[in-house]
Amino acid sequence: MADHTLSVTVNGESYDEAVDARMTLADFLRERLRLTGTHVGCEHGVCGACTVIVDGVAARSCLMLAVQTDGAVVETVEGLAVDGELSPLQQAFKRNHALQCGFCTPGFLMSVTAALREDNVRDEDDAREVLSGNICRCTGYSGLVRSVVDVAKGRSDE
Amino acid sequence: MSETMIGARLARREDERLLTGRGRYLDDLDLPDALAAAFLRSPHAHARITAFDATEALALPGVVAVFSGADLAEIQKPLAPKVLHPELRDYPRLPMPPEELHYVGEPLAVVIAESRYVAEDALELIEVDYEVLPAVGSTAIALRPGGPLAHSGDESNVAVLLSQKAGDAEEALRTAPHTLSEEFFLMRGGGHSMEPRAVAARFEPATGQLTIWDTTQSPHYARQQLSMIYEMAEDDLRVIAPSDVGGGFGPKAQFYGEEVVIPWVAKKLRRAVKWVEDRQENFVSAMMERSQTHRIEVGFDDDGRLLAVKDVIEHDQGAYCAGLQVPSITTSTVPGPYKVPNIAIELRACYTNMVPTSSVRGAGRPQAVFVMERMMDRIAAHLGLDPAEVRRRNLIQADEFPYQVGITFRDGSPLTYDSGDFPALLEGTLERIGYDEARREQARSRAEGRYVGIGLAVYVEGCGLGPYEGAKIRLTNRGRILVTLAAAGQGQGYETVYAQIAADGLGLGMEHIDVTTGDTARIPFGQGTFASRITATCGPAVFDAAKQMRARLLDTAAVLLGCDPSEVDFADDCVCLGGDREKSVSLQQLAQVANIGKHGITLPRGVKAGLETASYFSPERAAYASGAHAAMVEVDPETGGITILKYVIGHDCGTVINPLLVDGQVLGGFAHGLGNAMYEEAVYDDEATPQATSYLDYALVSSAEVPPVELFHIQTPSPLNPLGAKGAGEGGTVPPPAAIANAVEDALRPLGVRVTRAPVTPARIADAVAAAHGSEASASSTSPGADAGGKAP
Ligand code: FES
Ligand code: FES
Repeated sequence: MADHTLSVTVNGESYDEAVDARMTLADFLRERLRLTGTHVGCEHGVCGACTVIVDGVAARSCLMLAVQTDGAVVETVEGLAVDGELSPLQQAFKRNHALQCGFCTPGFLMSVTAALREDNVRDEDDAREVLSGNICRCTGYSGLVRSVVDVAKGRSDE
Repeated sequence: MSETMIGARLARREDERLLTGRGRYLDDLDLPDALAAAFLRSPHAHARITAFDATEALALPGVVAVFSGADLAEIQKPLAPKVLHPELRDYPRLPMPPEELHYVGEPLAVVIAESRYVAEDALELIEVDYEVLPAVGSTAIALRPGGPLAHSGDESNVAVLLSQKAGDAEEALRTAPHTLSEEFFLMRGGGHSMEPRAVAARFEPATGQLTIWDTTQSPHYARQQLSMIYEMAEDDLRVIAPSDVGGGFGPKAQFYGEEVVIPWVAKKLRRAVKWVEDRQENFVSAMMERSQTHRIEVGFDDDGRLLAVKDVIEHDQGAYCAGLQVPSITTSTVPGPYKVPNIAIELRACYTNMVPTSSVRGAGRPQAVFVMERMMDRIAAHLGLDPAEVRRRNLIQADEFPYQVGITFRDGSPLTYDSGDFPALLEGTLERIGYDEARREQARSRAEGRYVGIGLAVYVEGCGLGPYEGAKIRLTNRGRILVTLAAAGQGQGYETVYAQIAADGLGLGMEHIDVTTGDTARIPFGQGTFASRITATCGPAVFDAAKQMRARLLDTAAVLLGCDPSEVDFADDCVCLGGDREKSVSLQQLAQVANIGKHGITLPRGVKAGLETASYFSPERAAYASGAHAAMVEVDPETGGITILKYVIGHDCGTVINPLLVDGQVLGGFAHGLGNAMYEEAVYDDEATPQATSYLDYALVSSAEVPPVELFHIQTPSPLNPLGAKGAGEGGTVPPPAAIANAVEDALRPLGVRVTRAPVTPARIADAVAAAHGSEASASSTSPGADAGGKAP
């Protein structure tokens, strides 16, 4: 059944794997590579918990097949902290209590990381816009909004 | 002695792992060779299974087994309702019914396969013949004489009829100068934890023990249920709620058939088995809450003072009664923060063919607050008074605690509010929303043809319930303090909060303290995380066990240092004599002596072996948190769109242990409440078929819908526990439907619009606007006096 081969770089490491055509990217990351930080909340593209970055673009790994990432560069939440040092966004999440159960957190981190790279978050409205593609049932978003504004401001103040 | 940790705004210790993808949710656990399970679920709301054939499914490569309800005879025992009543007509809820099915989504068979992909393929190959039966899709249908029955052959759909009263409401209503009545309906809604439910299990033939990983909020409750059903000793069952659970909100505090079936299959097959619910299943099979119809009548005097309240409640129990907790909480929440001299509440809980209902964040309170707060506004409108003023005149005053309401709470005790300051909450909220200016602004907007409204809602929330919760504290061999809770967290930050409390009890820095939760093998007794109860019950237990441990540690150190315990204290992880680091013993050394000892060698005289303490706290009765919300909104009567201009929350949960986390609980709860107020609708059609089964049909709020909120706290410590803590988990969820509905009706008052249903969606607003136009047209020809709701001024 595992009749497709796939070469992909995930968080800087390359993998050559054989997979079923129907295996989702989320399941590939979680089950095959044991990168369980990427979470599956709805499997229909709405909650955003499964968001990863594929070739620089935020993508829902529940709606993507693993085989579609052949030759791609994938980033997941496990790759955000460098040498044990949390990224500025991860630190802001912690400071602002932007997470409770933490299930949605990896998806938010990846969506926002991709958006912040484009450097077009100026104010709270932009932050809400950037966050609106993901769902969090616990926090009510205020800590998330503050975190995004913090990091965006930090950058423009530099 | 370290500085006080209770009350400190501390960032959480659990965050680091969750932020780096190292959380350990159930589906992340490494269970080598675990098989995957998928349940076949009823496509019909009410049907009889007439034929079942899994031959083709079993032939599929990778399928290991298929079990239907008929194969599970030995575990087909009713799942007990959580909260009972002698008059409840309980219809047995079986783990996986072999014959008749009672809601869409009810499990009837399970496939066990090498992967979930294969298991789902196999589901499609199972042949089932159904005889479809008439179904009940609402309480109105359920209570209709001669209507369909949710359970074939039953005598009626009524589960229980209950009434509560104080004084003589009938008589008071008959003689009251004014009466108003209305019918309100609140829609079903779900918990929607981002992580759905999940269960995994492994059987150890050598010891006969079953280990069960379960996303439950109540591992000890699950173990107790399983020990009865499997007829196994509790000690042979270990239920572990993983350290990371992706939200609970009530549905995960219930007990489900899947939790019975999966461990049994693991035992039968002698293989680890894992079931992780997908969102599609969650929509049809995780318990929901909320839908109730209230017919309320209030009597009041010319000043707007309440004389009587009568409320008849139809509660949708769903296909089975998982417990009467929700409707009983509703009945006792109706009077709220007000003095109601005469009250009569009637409950009609009935069976329908929809997924069973039980607690969802707020648990029966949003409904009661909705009807009462809507009526406060109606009274104000009827008398031409300000809604804030009417509330002011009826509120229980700060010097009237403990306040006896006159009716009974769900725990059977007389409903007594322990402490609070409702006027301060209301006034603080009015002040922060700039109430007088907001009213002027409203008048200006109205003059410009804009529809701006202000809505208030005040509530009390029974929380911190018994019977008990406990904690164990041990000095580990490595010289660390380990706090063990029975309670399982779902993101509330237990590892931080209980380390804070233990640090204060011990007088020791938090960095030496670890917290572990939710594993029945680590602590024998517990109840679980639900009903905003843990801080008020487990908090005191941790505090007490920590104080005992402090005494033990200091006593032991004093023996070793040859001094009196009063002369020693902690310095970092050492116990020092008179502050002298040279004369000290470390925690690790204490463990060496008192816990490990030297094999076969006598303990130093005076040292008591085994540095472990435990404490269980049983509150005398429920504590009462309270709050006031104020919303200012603008409504577009054409589209029905609502814009929230301003929102203020006043909140009182007694002593705040960690303000950062309490704010998080309140704001998170608010977002959920806003969903119930404006968006979330678990629609079923009249045949009881669910119509909203994905996030495309069922709207959860995102950052775009949740407005910024101004939040303030007052703290009236509860006299019922030594920490003075009350619950903070649900308060934010309770009043938003009332506040928003009040604001919307206030905004559209010039059009005479009535808001009687939650959520208040654009479509409902548009309908209400059309209805108001229609009634205006007909009002010109008929008398408006027939409108029992009273005409808005
Ligand atoms: S799991 Fe992919 S969007 Fe929800
Ligand atoms: S923190 Fe629980 S869903 Fe966001």
